[in-house]
Amino acid sequence: MSYLRSKFRHPALPKNKLGYTVDYYEGSLSTLCAGCGHDSISAAIAQACFELNIEPHRVAKLSGIGCSSKTPAYFLNNSHGFNSVHGRMPSVATGANLANRDLIYLGVSGDGDSASIGMGQFVHVIRRNLNMVYIVMNNGCYGLTKGQDSATADIGSKNKSGQINLFESIDLASLAIELGATFVAQSFSGDKEQLIPLIKAGMSHPGFAFINVISPCVTFNNNVGSTKSYDYVRQHMEATSTFDFVPLAHEIRTQYEEGETQHLTMHDGTVIQLHKLAKDWNPLDRVSAVNAVGRARRDGEILTGLLYMIPECKELHALLNTTDRPLNSLTENELCPGADILESINESLR
Amino acid sequence: MNDIKTNDFVIRFANVNGTGSASANALFTKAIFKMGVPVTPKNIFPSNIQGLPTWYEVRVSERGFLGRREGIDFMVSVNPQSMKKDIADVRPGGYFLYDSTKPLHADMIRDDINYIGIPLMQLSNSNYSDPRQRQLFKNIIYVGALAIFFDIEFKVLEELLAVQFKGKEKLIEPNIKALQLGIDYVREHFEHPLPLRVERRDLLGDAIMMSGNSACALGAIYGGATVAAWYPITPSTSVVDAFTKYAEKYRIDKETGKRNFAIVQAEDELAAIGMVIGANWNGARSFTATSGPGLSLMNEFLGLAYFSEIPTVLIDVQRTGPSTGMPTRTQQSDLLEAAYAAHGDTKHVLLFPASPRECFLMTAEAFDLAEKLQTPVIVMTDLDLGMNEHVSQPLKWDDNRKYNRGKVLGAAELDAIGRYGRYLDTDGDGIPYRTIPATHATKGAFVTRGSSRDEYAAYTEDSAAYVRNMERLTKKFETAREMVPAPKFFQDGKTSETGVIFFGTSTYAAKEAFQMLRDDGFAIDAMRPKAFPFGREFVDFVNDHEKIFVIEQNRDAQFRSLMLIELGLDPNKLVPVLNYDGMPITADFIYNQIKENLSGK
Repeated sequence: MSYLRSKFRHPALPKNKLGYTVDYYEGSLSTLCAGCGHDSISAAIAQACFELNIEPHRVAKLSGIGCSSKTPAYFLNNSHGFNSVHGRMPSVATGANLANRDLIYLGVSGDGDSASIGMGQFVHVIRRNLNMVYIVMNNGCYGLTKGQDSATADIGSKNKSGQINLFESIDLASLAIELGATFVAQSFSGDKEQLIPLIKAGMSHPGFAFINVISPCVTFNNNVGSTKSYDYVRQHMEATSTFDFVPLAHEIRTQYEEGETQHLTMHDGTVIQLHKLAKDWNPLDRVSAVNAVGRARRDGEILTGLLYMIPECKELHALLNTTDRPLNSLTENELCPGADILESINESLR
Repeated sequence: MNDIKTNDFVIRFANVNGTGSASANALFTKAIFKMGVPVTPKNIFPSNIQGLPTWYEVRVSERGFLGRREGIDFMVSVNPQSMKKDIADVRPGGYFLYDSTKPLHADMIRDDINYIGIPLMQLSNSNYSDPRQRQLFKNIIYVGALAIFFDIEFKVLEELLAVQFKGKEKLIEPNIKALQLGIDYVREHFEHPLPLRVERRDLLGDAIMMSGNSACALGAIYGGATVAAWYPITPSTSVVDAFTKYAEKYRIDKETGKRNFAIVQAEDELAAIGMVIGANWNGARSFTATSGPGLSLMNEFLGLAYFSEIPTVLIDVQRTGPSTGMPTRTQQSDLLEAAYAAHGDTKHVLLFPASPRECFLMTAEAFDLAEKLQTPVIVMTDLDLGMNEHVSQPLKWDDNRKYNRGKVLGAAELDAIGRYGRYLDTDGDGIPYRTIPATHATKGAFVTRGSSRDEYAAYTEDSAAYVRNMERLTKKFETAREMVPAPKFFQDGKTSETGVIFFGTSTYAAKEAFQMLRDDGFAIDAMRPKAFPFGREFVDFVNDHEKIFVIEQNRDAQFRSLMLIELGLDPNKLVPVLNYDGMPITADFIYNQIKENLSGK
């Protein structure tokens, strides 16, 4: 890490529609290790919000505990953040979302935070289809406590101290699809060309958007023999598709080769253009998506890109039929039935 | 026993759970209430759905003593499983009503009580053909019999049935018929009425009868709660059940039909309190209800809410612990757990309601207090108060009352100040100013966290900053002392060197015991605290008395411990009076313990 950040900004930095430059979307200086994959993801989040012309204060960023959960301090300085307790971010995000349905909720978690201590809350927030983006910065190890294996470490993977992981890994993306998540993607912290549009699409998705991002731990899990190292992931990534997120008929820009193209229109009218690379895979079909991820796992590959999506879905507020107004904006006028009604209740109890 | 006892007896119903006895027994109680006579029912039920013994005990008290009293004057036995014990529980000279469809076994006969055999099953079977009806109306038949034994007005029963079956009027006639079957049988076979009688009075004024859990739920409705998150647990489940019922009635937007509330059944208590904290953080009033095991699970989050200063409202309907304990029995045994919930140095505000009216008021007040203090507020009720119906003063609400949201900065205020510091003690009361997400485009945002932070909410491991923050939290707790409800005193000024302290549901029995002691010539001053931390008036009472009895319903004298910890008292000054068998404490128990102590000095 560095201790000083230059205040200099190039005068010709591009501005978005709100007139902000990308640095407006940055946060405090990161205290993570130099080269940590998480910092790339933080940068991708800032870039995605910049490109989507989001007012930062309309975003609430929430996290649990761990290296990944520190990152909300490192992007979107003008957003409220909540660094809660270990594995419990989903419940805090659920309450926050219920209080004000109008904000964008961005949850950040890690593999320890979501796949172990927080597994219970992770699976239930999916069931409720909470309207949020849930990013797991997945490095297969516990960084803050110096490198113990996590539940997403692959069986047979070797950690820095040379120990082989004996246990089956939990594949969060497959699990999310199985549980009925309405948007599931997988990416790599080193591939911002793919990650940024995925985050943008997740933010436009009107329900629970899960993005599992392999994010190598440079300090404790970047060794030879680890299946979450930079080298290993680069060699074993297999993209389902190239991916462009097209808000309001923008020009499509891609660095990937031409392939079969599929247009997915999202709830808010924006369009995802998928240039399909994977065979026998339909991102709108749950069984097909599960099979594609499963085949890749069997072959030791990491399937990345958008894996599965239900464009039209009912998120929690729709399921609960809550009012369109944010609940936190209601006052005595709407909430308190008043003394006359109370007296009628009294009368019914006599 | 032939002395006529008017409006002064205890009757217990021994039933099998899941057989529809609850509504028949409630009909009996409500009839006495309708006749203007103070009455209090207690459900003594198993942690089970069907087939186990369950009891329903009703005390009728002309003098208005609504705690439990020892000794059963009249037993209604419709459960062969528990019959032997039920017979033993009747006080000498009392009555034992049983189903005489089958004869009583010889070893069930005591010669010092009166037996009343009514062939309940036979009467029911010969008048109703549907098996479910046969079971249900057996209960109504004994209510009819009791009505004529106790001289309960038939007209009142008719009125109650009319209200109960409004919209299902065809059910009224078979119920009336069942009552009549019981009445006719007694008329033909027994002398009536008995020396135990109910006589119409006007002792209740405008009082209501409701459970504490329903009252808490209404308090949450009136207090402006919009988000409820919970996990089912006896005995708190009916808080959220009632909140749901009232919200669906009073919180639907008239134009859109949409809901001005959200209720989530969480995956566990951890998630329930997490949701509550998330909603409160984002500016919506939110609460959860739980009981002991749930409170244990919520500890970690309560520490977060305390340290990151997020308003949180929790209703703890206490039951018998530790661990699973006796889930359907009452206790006041979560006091220390609640007061100091979570690791590290934490303290929480507790409220102690003693009646449905206070459950209503204190739950509504808890939302104001939590937001004014930006900290968890725990409403400490219990199974007895929460699940049993209690005679209570009516609920009251002032339409001019506004929600006090505490120190929250809006956009204009953020523009008007210089640099915003979330944890700055601007006013010297330990309470900083908070901002709700999305208030302002460029000011007021910060990261809420459970780790140490400076006055501007930046993470820090600086010892001095940590200590400053902890000292401010202590100051905030000092502010809370005078913000919470003051105790209730039962005398003007000091009249004795001896005092007694009781709170919550111990109040009912304690008031009676207090009167019994006064009748015996023991002058005692009494105080009922309504909150923790203890305020000035509480401390003055404690300092003004040489000896203080502390009445509570737990083994370890937890309230007494709270006093010792917080006030640094001489332990010898505080005499514990402890009932912890899971049954509501009785006046006799309190009276005997205190009298023995006072007589022995």
